[in-house]
Amino acid sequence: MGDEVVALEYEKMIDFTSASINFELIYSEISLLVAAFLILLTAFQRHLARLAPLVALVGIAVSFYFALQQWGNQMSGFFGMITCDDFGTAFKLLFLVVAALTLLIAHRFLIVKRIGSPEFYALLLVSTMGMMVMANTTDLLVMFLGLEIMSVPLYVMAGYARRSLASNEAGIKYFIMGAFASAFLLLGIAFVFGASGTTDLRQIVADYSFIVSNFQNYLYAGAALILIGFGFKIAAVPFHAWVPDVYQGAPTPVTAFFSVGPKAAGFAVMLRVFLFGFEQMGMLTELFWVLAVLTMTVGNVLALRQDNVKRMLAYSSIAHAGYILVALCVGGNDAISAAVFYLLAYAMFNLGAFAVIVLLETRSGCKSDFSELSGLSSSAPYLSAVLALFMFALAGFPPTVGFLGKFYIFSAAIKSGYILLTVIGVMNSFLSVYYYLRIVKTSYFEKFEGTFAPAPYSPAIMVVLFITVIGTLGLGFFPDRVLEFSQSALFAFL
Amino acid sequence: MFEYLYLVPILPLAGFLINGLLLGRLPRPVVSFVACTTVGLSFIVSLLLFFELKELPVEARVIEQVLFPWISAGSLHANIGFLLDPLSAVMILVVTGVGFLIHIYSIGYMHHDPCFGRYFTYMNLFMFSMLVLVLADNYLFMFVGWEGVGLCSYLLIGFWYEKQSASDAGKKAFIVNRIGDFGFLIGMFIIFWQVGSLDFRTVMQTAPEVFVAGGALITAACLLMFVGAIGKSAQIPLFVWLPDAMEGPTPVSALIHAATMVTAGVYMIARSNVLYLMAPDALMVVAIIGGATALFAATIGLAQNDIKRVLAYSTVSQLGYMFLACGVASFTAGIFHLMTHAFFKALLFLAAGSVIHAMSNEQDMRKMGGLKKYVPITYATMLIATLTISGIPGFSGFFSKDEILWKAFSSPYGHPILWVIGFVTAGLTAFYMFRLIYLTFHGRERMDDHTRKHLHESPKSMTVPLMALAALSVVGGFVGMPHLFGVTNYFEHWLEPVMAGASQDAASHALAAGGGDTGLELGLMFASVLLVLVAIFMARKFYHQKPELATQMCERLSGVHRILLNKYYVDEIYGAVVVRPLVNGSKFLWRIVDVLFIDGFLNGLATVYSDISQLLRTGQTGRVRTYATVFVTGVAVILALMLFG
Repeated sequence: MGDEVVALEYEKMIDFTSASINFELIYSEISLLVAAFLILLTAFQRHLARLAPLVALVGIAVSFYFALQQWGNQMSGFFGMITCDDFGTAFKLLFLVVAALTLLIAHRFLIVKRIGSPEFYALLLVSTMGMMVMANTTDLLVMFLGLEIMSVPLYVMAGYARRSLASNEAGIKYFIMGAFASAFLLLGIAFVFGASGTTDLRQIVADYSFIVSNFQNYLYAGAALILIGFGFKIAAVPFHAWVPDVYQGAPTPVTAFFSVGPKAAGFAVMLRVFLFGFEQMGMLTELFWVLAVLTMTVGNVLALRQDNVKRMLAYSSIAHAGYILVALCVGGNDAISAAVFYLLAYAMFNLGAFAVIVLLETRSGCKSDFSELSGLSSSAPYLSAVLALFMFALAGFPPTVGFLGKFYIFSAAIKSGYILLTVIGVMNSFLSVYYYLRIVKTSYFEKFEGTFAPAPYSPAIMVVLFITVIGTLGLGFFPDRVLEFSQSALFAFL
Repeated sequence: MFEYLYLVPILPLAGFLINGLLLGRLPRPVVSFVACTTVGLSFIVSLLLFFELKELPVEARVIEQVLFPWISAGSLHANIGFLLDPLSAVMILVVTGVGFLIHIYSIGYMHHDPCFGRYFTYMNLFMFSMLVLVLADNYLFMFVGWEGVGLCSYLLIGFWYEKQSASDAGKKAFIVNRIGDFGFLIGMFIIFWQVGSLDFRTVMQTAPEVFVAGGALITAACLLMFVGAIGKSAQIPLFVWLPDAMEGPTPVSALIHAATMVTAGVYMIARSNVLYLMAPDALMVVAIIGGATALFAATIGLAQNDIKRVLAYSTVSQLGYMFLACGVASFTAGIFHLMTHAFFKALLFLAAGSVIHAMSNEQDMRKMGGLKKYVPITYATMLIATLTISGIPGFSGFFSKDEILWKAFSSPYGHPILWVIGFVTAGLTAFYMFRLIYLTFHGRERMDDHTRKHLHESPKSMTVPLMALAALSVVGGFVGMPHLFGVTNYFEHWLEPVMAGASQDAASHALAAGGGDTGLELGLMFASVLLVLVAIFMARKFYHQKPELATQMCERLSGVHRILLNKYYVDEIYGAVVVRPLVNGSKFLWRIVDVLFIDGFLNGLATVYSDISQLLRTGQTGRVRTYATVFVTGVAVILALMLFG
């Protein structure tokens, strides 16, 4: 008897703590914000402004430290608005790594292109903070808030090369389409609120049967609209049309960030909303099935005939979103951890590939067309070898981590009986080999024509390449640690 | 100390990485220093490990070091882990010791080669792979080493790839080995299928419970693994690659194609002795193939004129001896001969390399003769090696070969016929080896003046390893003297914990000590020594005292001689029976099936996809309003699906 009483007391205590303002939960977000404000404050002092990347890195490191402290803890705070669990923390760590790598990739590029003002780093940090908010809540409205905190700096970053017409166009297009999608998302949240009287997913899960029996249509419509809003961020077909234009037009380091950061954040909330909040909802599986197939296929087929590497990588990122959508269709813990693993792996080799492209683009007059890569193997043998490695990883060849990522997703799908979906996925993967290896072919087997300055040397990018190569190969050979990490990155049911 | 076990393979890997990544940027002395030091340190670590292992009580002499889990997929778990026990301790000592001497020798031998760095890079990679092979704690990781040495063998045989014959020989070695590897893999699958693990210790412990002794499955598994051994260790019918492998630099032949890699098959069977003891039929096949190869290769060796080819066939023949030993369940004798063979055959090859070096790259013995006074150290060491391989009492080869012969006769798995085969082979071996000595070092000088002027003894870096190996060839046998002489066979005791059949052996020795077969053993030993002496005497008569006798003999037996000279036409037969039909079949598949059907289909498919891609691209107008239209269409469809689907 006594034990039961204690257990009840304990449950109440959890409720009580979740009602409190618990700043501990957002230390890592706060540190990013502090660093961002520091950068903005010092932006007017020329000699201090040069320190901006360093300040940003320190901010990311401190934030990383706090996020790491949270690993293994499950807490809720701010009246249930912020929830900290290993799933969210895993994504936090991922976002911080992505932000740090992006920063290192961007630094040299921004200076060379004469757009190296310190505000860029502040925007990067704020956007990253937005992603972290998205991953660490079970409340739809807070998710929306995080999404906007993430997106607004992204619009600016897309148009950051203000003298470039393409970059301006990218910024505007992204903004218009983004605002369009946000409207749907907000409408969806409103519908869900109308149906359930709450925006907290935990409450919805608890009252699910009641809500469905009374307001099924509103709830379903709301879920559909939310799916559309987030589907825009992860570039699911048919909400993908902005991707190629924005990816091509935006400054390349920003594109690198787009292709992994916001995508991972989008998936973080989608996994939480649809595999936790609306887990019992029928039709979702079929919907994700169709979305996954469409996204994989359209992304891959469109990537086949591109002449620009950035545009090709844009379509490739759509296709990769398709593979992860398979995990959303399958559901269950295996699929969730496979998706987390895939996003982590994808961040590694995709950022690596972009780092090479950025390095090459710092040569004047480069637009990252395929033809610019010809003869790279003789002018920069190490760089082209690294690029080839990333292409093999993107195509999913063993022993790179790209293979394992696909393997885990598809094996989760097979285990749950999605044979046809897996077949389509693997066929798509075959298809993608063509355009990835086209890069290898161009850089190794085509004669160099014209003159380009030799690829410049950038220590920061070398660090990025080192990390990503180690990540791509090392995780391919020894995935156990990260697999364990992603397997424990599950929702907490607070 | 045992926690440093991983250093043994890792050190050569480090050498490989340093030399390989900085290829062409390091000066030669640095390259050779890195390559030799890493292998030398690895040898020192092996020695220390050996002594520490010796200190342990017998039953504790199994050290397993798991670095990290490598593969876990479903029920398959394989580690990157190393296993140090008496067997692998012997192997790493032989591999690193002989390997180190050959590395030192290579500094002198490859001195003039423009691709000095590439050579040492491959050599270090080979050392790493070979050490992984012998130290791995499971079949799968062992297979990594197994394939690694195969790759290095390919790379080093074709080291002078500008030469057509060298690159052909490399390909031949690789392709023939693939056949064997295939068998090995399937054997491994059977073991995994039945036991559920590939870890050596688990397999050896559970195999007796899982398999029916003498049953079809265990016999099949053992035979299939033996197919792998046949390929790697150049036994009938897959021995054809080894003689051609002599296209590689001579130190490579010494290291890979005599002392270490080709003995991997013997090691693998000794490692799996528990399994083989459960499959007597497989053991019989091993013994027969081993014996047949020993005899067959020895006869070919009689008629070869290329100094390295004689040694190559001799290697095939000696490997046959080792398999003969394994086949009569005397794995200890097999490993013992593996060790002594590593010493004297490496020495023979290195000495032959020294001769070739002195002769300005001439390998034909008909153009040599009388080299004794020009290259005295080479001559002395090569003579020692020849006495060893011939089995003159007191030299190491005598002890190891005699043990095999006696086991072939007396073991419960043995048979007098197997003994006869081994016995005749011993005579043939002595004959062709002394033929080599007489043709090369004695008699009339048959080289041209230009070559004669350049004759010189090799530099110190080459002769010192020769002397070291000569010393090992002489004394290496004393660790495994027969019980007959009333002394302890240290080698057998050392390996006892690894060998499942050891208790049986002990019983038979108890019998021998009690009087039993002592007389017979002594008699057989005496007979084989006598045969060897006769063979040496005949070789002296034919190739030294009366060279015309040899010519007459060849003419009288011209048919036999031609067959032997052409190696029984095995290559030609394989060419006609296997290779040509395969090539013709492939041509059909290529021109008709591949080009017409497969390419046609694929190109058609590619065009279709490409056209679809082009079509879809037109939808990507760049106008936001188009995008919004697509978006809204998607919204409508999804809403409809959710609400009315």
